[in-house]
Amino acid sequence: MTIDATTPRFEFRRAASVGEAVQWLATPGARVHAGGTDLVPNLRRGLERPSIVVDIGGIAGLAGIAWRDDACAIGATVTLARLAADARVASTYPALAEAAAAVGAPAHRSAGTVGGNLCADTRCVHYNQGAWWRGAVGGCLKRGGDVCHVAPQGRRCHAAFCGDLAPALIALSAELDVASYGGVRRMAAVDLYRDDGAAHLALLPGELVTAVRLPPPDGVSGYRKARVRGSIDFPLAGVAIALRVGQRSIERAIVAVTGVGPRPVVVGTEAIVGRRVDDETAALLATRVEQSVKPMRTTATPAAYRRQVAGVLAARLLRTLAA
Amino acid sequence: MGTRLLEVTVNGRTRCDAVDDATLLVDYLRRSVGLTGTKQGCDGGECGACTVLVDGAPRLACITLAASMAGRSIETIESLAAAGRMSPLQRAFHEHLGAQCGYCTPGMIMSAEALLRRDRAPTEDAIRAALAGNLCRCTGYVKIVESVQAASRALAEGER
Repeated sequence: MTIDATTPRFEFRRAASVGEAVQWLATPGARVHAGGTDLVPNLRRGLERPSIVVDIGGIAGLAGIAWRDDACAIGATVTLARLAADARVASTYPALAEAAAAVGAPAHRSAGTVGGNLCADTRCVHYNQGAWWRGAVGGCLKRGGDVCHVAPQGRRCHAAFCGDLAPALIALSAELDVASYGGVRRMAAVDLYRDDGAAHLALLPGELVTAVRLPPPDGVSGYRKARVRGSIDFPLAGVAIALRVGQRSIERAIVAVTGVGPRPVVVGTEAIVGRRVDDETAALLATRVEQSVKPMRTTATPAAYRRQVAGVLAARLLRTLAA
Repeated sequence: MGTRLLEVTVNGRTRCDAVDDATLLVDYLRRSVGLTGTKQGCDGGECGACTVLVDGAPRLACITLAASMAGRSIETIESLAAAGRMSPLQRAFHEHLGAQCGYCTPGMIMSAEALLRRDRAPTEDAIRAALAGNLCRCTGYVKIVESVQAASRALAEGER
């Protein structure tokens, strides 16, 4: 049996329970695997060299969607394809269904999972490259080097988090169940992320996201994304909005943006709450979004475009949701 | 590092093979099983040439670890022809010039196969959505979409 020379060797372990998984994940160098759509390309490019790959795909109890009235708990290994095709998810949490449908292509969505999309690695044009490419520039802050090619004078990694589900879940005020050897803790979805492209998840070694918990929806929601390849691509910017509009004006709005930095950005909406949804309000939101996001040159597309398109997406989505 | 006995069903037959834990599904199929119909294109999950069906759903064999397939049922392009007769999709791609150089064709056909199994009369939009992850570098996608539409018509007329 020949092995692709570029794939590093590791031990693959199928966890039968969450307890077994978190015990193995506490081992230095252990990485979690569900569908593999994020981890395996990184393995192939030598970006990850795990000692153990812990597969959670066979754990009973992580692959379900459970409803209680209009609140919902979604297991970490529910696939994006299933999430995108679920009629009740689509009617209750449109932003989440739209975000799931916007990830990659059908073959990615039938493998990729909710937990995997939430915990996906950050991306950068200087990072997601083969070993020879990275070697030619001496690596980068995130992997194998001591300089960030995006901002060489700085000492921090600007790789962008590009998950599509996170902004939708943040806008929908979701919480996460995080299991570890010590038990389960609950955190707001927004708190999963740190502002560091080289270490963007606020998880401790041995912690595993096991479920997403959504409260009943408070109004309408939606997700829009700009990308290079419309058929299959990571977001240049992705915007989720949860919106409650009263008789005349916006009563509540949560706006979250992905793809524009190491973590999803929550945009302050004080300026539009209390206003009617019209062109002026949409333009005001676009300006607030542009002021809040600070994309760096982590894609082949200029950062200024991504900032602008984030604002435009937010303005258009606001108008659509209020129509 | 780890090696295991992998028990999977490939094209309807259950097999057991010793595989390294780091083996990719595409390498397992091509090198261990000897089914070279599944192609490796981009090797990063971006082009769809390696698309196979896992329990009926399209998956990218080049970013799937073989070890994660224990107990699953895998179908490759080789499963479609029966007794020397091509499947409706294969015939349609042949007759409607859906294949040019042919490298992307196994992946195209397996993605289309998954679609036609759940929707025998898909709209053009549904066909394009189902093939969104399959790149063709020879030509456009018009002949490919027409081929899937022709296969859909053939199925409606009772062809097998």
